[in-house]
Amino acid sequence: MGRSDSIDRRRVLAGAAGTVLAVALRPAAAAQPRSETTESAIRRFAGDNPIRPGRVSLDLPPLVENGNTVPLAISVESPMTAEDHVRRIGVFNEKNPQPNVVTVHLRPGAGRAQVATRIRLADTQRITAIAEMSDGTYWSASADAIVTLAACLEG
Amino acid sequence: MARTLINLPKTAKPGEVITIKTLISHPMETGFRPGADGRILPRNIVTEFVCRFEDEEIFRAELFPASAANPYLTFTWVATASGRFSFTWRGDDGFDQTESAAITVA
Repeated sequence: MGRSDSIDRRRVLAGAAGTVLAVALRPAAAAQPRSETTESAIRRFAGDNPIRPGRVSLDLPPLVENGNTVPLAISVESPMTAEDHVRRIGVFNEKNPQPNVVTVHLRPGAGRAQVATRIRLADTQRITAIAEMSDGTYWSASADAIVTLAACLEG
Repeated sequence: MARTLINLPKTAKPGEVITIKTLISHPMETGFRPGADGRILPRNIVTEFVCRFEDEEIFRAELFPASAANPYLTFTWVATASGRFSFTWRGDDGFDQTESAAITVA
């Protein structure tokens, strides 16, 4: 049922028929209440520190045919020395039932701050990666993905 | 025992940055999906992956239901000495599996 609903919703949105209808249809698509907001998950990761855009690059296909397995690669500009390296990278989503995607912990011996994995996307949404540096600064990057077959909620 | 795939070079030059690729077969059931009877299937995921080199932790990942089935992770490491990498996956229902791979640095 979620599938035909979301196609209808997309047509409605494409037709620019107004936000009122979109709001009315949204509860049907969002069957699962989110356990935590993206914002609070990011705060749990980064504390109250400021998060600046830059240094992180996020490689995600812009158009995803199957949300069940989406390749994701992250790299962070860093010399990866004992004095200056990436400590952690957190990845967050906007519309999956849970805001966390993956969190990795790196050591200076990694040589490069470069990781790749495969993720699930339940809807067309924005993915954000945040890197924590050894000097305590936080840097981020975001990427949008359009999902045609959603993961998680459907069989 | 779940099947695993671990890919890293057998030999490396000192100081070379090697890429380590790992994959484990696991359904990564999200806990949000209804089964055939319409009831939500219980969550069954790998929650943690740790890679060690000679007992020193070099890489750790926390996984969530948003990870795809058969979790795949790649990362890098600077080869400085010959030794053994160990790879441990832990998860729901007491899931715990460790594999290892050796590298010769010369």
